[in-house]
Amino acid sequence: MTPTLQILRAGPQMTVQDLGRPALTAQGLATGGAADRTALAEAAALLNLTYFPAAIEMAGMGGEFAVTLPTRIALTGAPMRAKVDAKEIGWNQTHLILPGQRLSIGGALSGVYGYLATAGGIATEPVLGSRSTHLVGNIGQILAAGDGLILGPDPTPNAPTVRITPEPRFSGGAVRMMPGPQTGLFEKAELARFLASEFARGAASNRQGVRLDHGGAPFQAGEAAGLASDFIAVGDVQMTGDGVPHVLLSECQTMGGYPRIGTVIGADLSRIAQLSLGGRVRFTLISVEEADRLYRSPAQMIAEAKSRVAPLVRDPSEISDLLGYQLIGGVVSGRDEEEY
Amino acid sequence: MTGPKAQTPAHEILPLGQDCVLVRFARKPDLSALSAAQRFRAVIAGQQHSEITEVAPSLASVLLRFDPGATPRARIEMIAQRALAELGPDADLPAPTRRWHLPVAFGADAGPQLAEAAALAGLTQEAAVRQMVEADLLVLAIGFAPGQPYIGLLPDNWNLPRLSQLTPKVPAGALVVAVRQLVLFCNDSTTGWRQIGQTGFRPFWPHSSTPFRLEVGDAIRIEHVSQMDLAALAPERTEGLGGARLEKTR
Repeated sequence: MTPTLQILRAGPQMTVQDLGRPALTAQGLATGGAADRTALAEAAALLNLTYFPAAIEMAGMGGEFAVTLPTRIALTGAPMRAKVDAKEIGWNQTHLILPGQRLSIGGALSGVYGYLATAGGIATEPVLGSRSTHLVGNIGQILAAGDGLILGPDPTPNAPTVRITPEPRFSGGAVRMMPGPQTGLFEKAELARFLASEFARGAASNRQGVRLDHGGAPFQAGEAAGLASDFIAVGDVQMTGDGVPHVLLSECQTMGGYPRIGTVIGADLSRIAQLSLGGRVRFTLISVEEADRLYRSPAQMIAEAKSRVAPLVRDPSEISDLLGYQLIGGVVSGRDEEEY
Repeated sequence: MTGPKAQTPAHEILPLGQDCVLVRFARKPDLSALSAAQRFRAVIAGQQHSEITEVAPSLASVLLRFDPGATPRARIEMIAQRALAELGPDADLPAPTRRWHLPVAFGADAGPQLAEAAALAGLTQEAAVRQMVEADLLVLAIGFAPGQPYIGLLPDNWNLPRLSQLTPKVPAGALVVAVRQLVLFCNDSTTGWRQIGQTGFRPFWPHSSTPFRLEVGDAIRIEHVSQMDLAALAPERTEGLGGARLEKTR
């Protein structure tokens, strides 16, 4: 039997996402891919993969799922309430789902994008080298009830359950930005005012970008009118015509005429994508040299996430047959206390 | 198209995120910067640097992407410096190697803002369409959305401002005009440009063997067709080509 993930109920924006399609800027296609790449790295680490798997990205709310063969899953990104049949299960860990069981994933408790990854990955046909749905580019589509996704087989369905300490990124904080081609168009005082401001997530935010609201005056660049449309980098902080900053995410346009005050570095972009409605961010400007030092390759991201993976310590109250387990004295039990 | 002769063009070498270097020849649209960007792109592409993973031109700049895990930024900046020194003073645009013949229906439902745009350009609708058909056009840049071309440059009388109120939706295949350029939308879009025509051509057709149809530097000739003819060239009947023909010119 082909391993399949069946979608029984779908939240409003569930899509398949991996690392997207790099190096198609000349063709006008933004890289796309997961809004929170840290979450994909954490899923890879939990499932002991050496690559970033294609996973289901769930914006704000999950859905209900079933499998046709025993399948290990990893739940990462924005923590969401999750159950297998009637039993609550933890986020940021692996679970074995059996045929006949129903996995239910509810709304995000904090953050925006939750991820459901399967141990064998998603095996749908790639388009231009990626399985990512690109909504702006009209590639792939939003998942709906009744869809079935073909999975790669789980190589080790009996692997022990593991958990990961997630990188904290769901409630805002400091975000590092490097200078870009138009940073110099902003007066020093205007840049300083931007760096001293605190921002909240605006309602008009999606996979293209996050609008940032603040109480103060709009931000203006010199010679903004009449700029030639020029290349955009993911992470660019763009000032639209009304002077409101937008941090551009994976599905952004590839070029544009609005000035950009800087570029959020890759390591901090998940913090923007996952900014909860009540969270606040502020920006710090780092040098190009420092930004280059802080670059992490996909392999480094997975290796770093693996260092945060540990065997799950079961809560004895959950274990029906205590005698079946060897208890080690002195180990503090507890489950995901920092997550809920 | 011939620009002014110049010495090695003015330029800036700038960081663009952690994995790109941007070589910018001007901040505002300018014919000599366009030429410099296209010639610089050709020099870099011809040198086939293994350290550069993507080369992409815009109206006034060239993006050089690299793998920061394998190559330091300074190496890419040095390659850019050396290529700039080879550009030479000649500011002519490279001659196109391919030409697209693109059927377009103008006016009425296919171009609801043709009358308004023609009036702003100081022309009757018929004369406006004639100028479009007679213009030697080039793909100046591809961007914003997948495969989507900026086409130009139209004669000076087409230096129209963008609309102050955005048009909420033009359909896929819409041909819109502003600032001496045409844009051909691949998807339904919001725009501040005026829609003058409609094509069955889709610059991005994901499941084709050549999903991105156009390249920067391609020549474009517009062929005027009726709305009835256009219906027969619907993208779903023509694999998204809309009757467009590709001619090799060299």
